[in-house]
Amino acid sequence: MLRYAGSVLPIRPKSGLFGLHLTTSKNIVEMVEEREATPLERDRILREDSVGRVDRRREGGELQLITYRFRNFRLIRYLVNWGRMASLFPVHLTTACCSVEFAATHSSRYDPERFGWLPATGSLRQSDVVVVEGTVTSKMAQRVRLIYDQMPDPKWVIAMGACAISGGLYAKDSYNVIQGIDDIVPVDVYVPGCPPRPETLFEGILLLREKILYGRAL
Amino acid sequence: MSTTIEALADDLSAKFGQAIKSKIVDKKIVKIEVGREDITAVAKYLRDNMGWDHVKAVTAIDLSRATKKEDRLEVIYHLGTYSRADCWGLDLAISCRVEKASPRMTSLTDIWPSCEFHEREAFEMFGIVFENHPNLKRLLLPDYWSDIPPLLKDYQPPGR
Amino acid sequence: MTVLEKREEVRKIEIYDTGEAPLTVSYGPQHPGTGHFRMIVTISGDTVVDVEPDPGFVHRGEEKMAEYKTWITNIPHLERPVILDSAGIQYPYVLAVEKLMGVEPPERAKYLRTIMAELQRLGSHLYWFALYGIFVGHATMFLWCFTDRDYIVDLTSLIGGQRITHAYFVPGGVRNDAPKNVPRGLLREFNRYYRMVTGKELTDKHLEFRKYVLAVCEFFDGRLDDYWEMFFNSEIFIHRARNVGILSQGDAIRLGVVGTTLRASGIKYDNRVCNPYDAYPNLKFDIPTGERGDCYDRAVVGFKEMRESLKIISQAVEMMPDGPVKLKQHPINLRVPAGEAVARTEAARGEMLYYIRSEGGDRPYRVKISPPSFRLLPAIAYLLKGAQIAEIPPIYWSLNYWPVEADR
Repeated sequence: MLRYAGSVLPIRPKSGLFGLHLTTSKNIVEMVEEREATPLERDRILREDSVGRVDRRREGGELQLITYRFRNFRLIRYLVNWGRMASLFPVHLTTACCSVEFAATHSSRYDPERFGWLPATGSLRQSDVVVVEGTVTSKMAQRVRLIYDQMPDPKWVIAMGACAISGGLYAKDSYNVIQGIDDIVPVDVYVPGCPPRPETLFEGILLLREKILYGRAL
Repeated sequence: MSTTIEALADDLSAKFGQAIKSKIVDKKIVKIEVGREDITAVAKYLRDNMGWDHVKAVTAIDLSRATKKEDRLEVIYHLGTYSRADCWGLDLAISCRVEKASPRMTSLTDIWPSCEFHEREAFEMFGIVFENHPNLKRLLLPDYWSDIPPLLKDYQPPGR
Repeated sequence: MTVLEKREEVRKIEIYDTGEAPLTVSYGPQHPGTGHFRMIVTISGDTVVDVEPDPGFVHRGEEKMAEYKTWITNIPHLERPVILDSAGIQYPYVLAVEKLMGVEPPERAKYLRTIMAELQRLGSHLYWFALYGIFVGHATMFLWCFTDRDYIVDLTSLIGGQRITHAYFVPGGVRNDAPKNVPRGLLREFNRYYRMVTGKELTDKHLEFRKYVLAVCEFFDGRLDDYWEMFFNSEIFIHRARNVGILSQGDAIRLGVVGTTLRASGIKYDNRVCNPYDAYPNLKFDIPTGERGDCYDRAVVGFKEMRESLKIISQAVEMMPDGPVKLKQHPINLRVPAGEAVARTEAARGEMLYYIRSEGGDRPYRVKISPPSFRLLPAIAYLLKGAQIAEIPPIYWSLNYWPVEADR
């Protein structure tokens, strides 16, 4: 039915079998140098593969109103996206201190489970979202990339905390900290804060859901 | 057995007179500096006769940018005691200085097993080789660290 | 050929011959059971033969960074290692700097610091038990502990301004005073919970800060009884944790462990009593100890410590005098005279030691942090050897090892 039941959002490096990368950490450097989608390509894919609020124009510039190909039929695409966003399984990638606020977000006061965001103690192969919380050191960066590659498509990344966005508090003087995980994995939602309050992380989760459903959230 | 820190320091001076290079005994810190060759004997005496049975921290300082510049590293062992309840409130530190160019020192792990991981960290952060250490390997830095030991004053972090 | 070898005289390690070579498993950094810490575990059958801890995944270079930042700007980033108990890691830093400066904070500041440290100790212990519970299989403990911890963290954010990383301590006192009155919204929120659990109501007179804190302490004292029935006295936990991971007194001294582990092995050592600082000499509280040194004892000692913390907070908030909370104006351009100082306090996980050397400038020359988790590393290696695989979570979590703190 659908031409390609893959991700709605930006492309990944060349997929292995079923989207899994069965490789060792020796090849991590090569993977990182493989081409990820440039921002323009990401925009194009967002525009073409999403539903709803983005306008669709043909190359010529006129609005195409006649027939959509079946894969662009909005209802199916909407249902698929709705299914994906309503049952996100996160990977609790504790890299440093933000894990405390991540765990606090899963408490009963700020309860993300009502949004389908199930508790994060499952296997990597069954998860959708990786929430990179906290500072990523160079020793951990290898593992972050490995974890990201082990997850099957479709997958998303939330960068939680100032250290994951840009190095944060450790941006200038630390010899062992990666300045933002942008260099390693493609990030979808940035959640600022040091550490972000549970409400902020919640806003990040809701933005991600909106992005999955509609193709863009802000 | 002496219970105040001054009495303790005097005990040590009495026994190891010439080995002790300097001492600081005041409210902020109690530090007794010994020569590199004598530190094992002093440590054994402290453990057996005075009951200081574990090491709380092993610090190393690079003295090359201090006010009194020397081309040496100072290694400080902060000691503690759990068996002598009267000494629980006292902080004692013994230290020795080693050359910065190729720092070597005897490990005190056979006297105090609790300093094993601390000495490993001092090894990777300053390059001090502790002889007779059971497992002198890298602890905290990543495997591919190929620069000079980071806590030396000559090392500048990349951002600066 | 590490210190583990000497273990043989204490416990016989039974290794069943399964006919295969031992399997090396990386209990890795992405494992909800360990957090950001890696253990290279060699197992044979169901027994752990060897464990090599591999810390360093969160090594951010705090000690090197401390030499590049001024005395005051060091505080926010030095509190990040133990983010849960950030008062516990700021405390010895400010004490050591005050020793170097030769000043003493005003009385009210001492009490406020004590209250903050004990609140964070409560928060840290609740977090510890939450994770201990869920990795032993008791998910209710996770949810209860986090719910209750939120009310403690509300108090912390009321006094300090932020939930956990408040940078509340400065050399010479604390940054700002506690408020006189609690916001009405906070009282309403806590009242809802209070009413649900106890059936009584909080009135407007609890808007005063002192009365609110006393009400919270009393409430949590009652709540701890519920915890005892639900978790610490439940068959699941007792069977999982009794006689598991026994650390004898001689071994505890030899390995130099700290904190709950030390007290559970029978040594009644607590820096708040043995080496008192700030307002602790004026407060009356107990030090709980255990007899056997197994995982159950460690948990029970932690539980009793929570009760003692509540006692301390209630006493301190009653005895707190009025007055200034800082020495003079906020010490931004602080210049600390040259010298060296050592300070030790009792953080939530154990004894934290700071060694600071100053050369008279506006930044430290050397800051050495000796966190409690780093001193528990030999205990991890020692206790896990010879255990069954199913005993790894109880042993690991009973030590209350926090990797971020050990790596700095």
